[in-house]
Amino acid sequence: MKPKAFDYLKVSSAEEALAALAQGGEDARIIAGGLSLMPMLNFRLAEPSVLIDISKIDSLNYIRETGGSVEIGAATRQADLMRWDGLERKLPLLHAACPYIGHYQTRAKGTVCGSLSHADPSSELPLCLAVLGGEVDLQSASGKRTLAADQFQTGMLSTAKQTGEMVVAARYPTAKSGDGYAFTEMAQRRGDFAIVALAAVASASKIKLGIGGVADKPTVREWDVLEGDALDDALNEFAWDLGGYDDIHATARYRRELVRRLGRRVIEEAKSCRS
Amino acid sequence: MPQLSKDVRHTVTMTLNGDVVSGYAEPRMLLSDFLTHEIGITSCHVGCEHGVCGACTVLVDGTVMRGCLTLAVQADGTTVETSESLASDDNELSELQLAFKKHHGLQCGYCTPGILMSLTAYLKETPKPTEEELRDMLTGHLCRCTGYVGMVKAVLDYCENRTDG
Repeated sequence: MKPKAFDYLKVSSAEEALAALAQGGEDARIIAGGLSLMPMLNFRLAEPSVLIDISKIDSLNYIRETGGSVEIGAATRQADLMRWDGLERKLPLLHAACPYIGHYQTRAKGTVCGSLSHADPSSELPLCLAVLGGEVDLQSASGKRTLAADQFQTGMLSTAKQTGEMVVAARYPTAKSGDGYAFTEMAQRRGDFAIVALAAVASASKIKLGIGGVADKPTVREWDVLEGDALDDALNEFAWDLGGYDDIHATARYRRELVRRLGRRVIEEAKSCRS
Repeated sequence: MPQLSKDVRHTVTMTLNGDVVSGYAEPRMLLSDFLTHEIGITSCHVGCEHGVCGACTVLVDGTVMRGCLTLAVQADGTTVETSESLASDDNELSELQLAFKKHHGLQCGYCTPGILMSLTAYLKETPKPTEEELRDMLTGHLCRCTGYVGMVKAVLDYCENRTDG
């Protein structure tokens, strides 16, 4: 359980990181908190030739409001987001979701953008980005592009990030007044990988539900406001469409049942949070 | 900072429990291995080596970190604290350690140093946690002996009756 040998470069600016990425080619990897990448290195599931450490780039360590969104820099840790003054008011969904992200000990160093880049299908931060319709900024030595959440995450542990690109920021749309937000998940213990994670947004005329941990990436569905049996039917159809699988933690059938039961609960909670 | 080559053992210097120490590490060397094999301390226990069990938890510049998910070269120039820092110079246990002893907060002791270091950071931020908050924080550590009951009692007792600040 030791990583394969790699070169290590700690950089102090985004420009320096991008130049090193361009030079390092497809075997270069960015490391920020390392909470996702280091286990991959220890398991030798990732074998980079060079590790570029961006954790000390001050200009990438920020949380700021930018025209309808909250932008989070690539070096910003999950603990920083949890401590951010505006979290409950501006990003109530993330306020509800953050306590589920790993543990106190992992949030202290793990970054928001690192979790998005790792793209685990059961992770909370990619799910929230997908449900809220957020964006990710990718930068390379030759330019910058912005991808919507569903274009960025392409599948299990995979994103649209190209060789030479790094995630420099993510934007989570701020809460709209009158909308309700709720998050819940089922895991074996608090902080473990979610068997199913659920995020809901309720507006006056629509319900949106995002599911993590079942399909190979967060999946979002939107309906007109449904009640009673109609909601149960919609959730049942969604649960089957997700195409869950059996694994050591749960069967596909159990996952579908969680989508049906917790889906209803989280939607009701989001509705009750509408102000 | 220049790129550190994978084949070279680089000098890593840190302030460990108040003393400046140095050793050598290839970039791939984990902080947990560096502390154990290069420096020779015995408290940074290695359990799972992928950040789940929490046995190797230490403080780097006051922030709680998994020793197995941190590279030694990343800790160059930092201040590192391990559970060796808790007892006084003449080996008097700290109040938190004494509370663990009193309430049977440990049995085999393998997970204990990591938990004590997590608590050191956590109780600075949250000096009087509720039992629920404390148990939530303790999910970041696996203990296979105690069932956590004694540990929770120890911390709540310590928080209620501490005289160390």
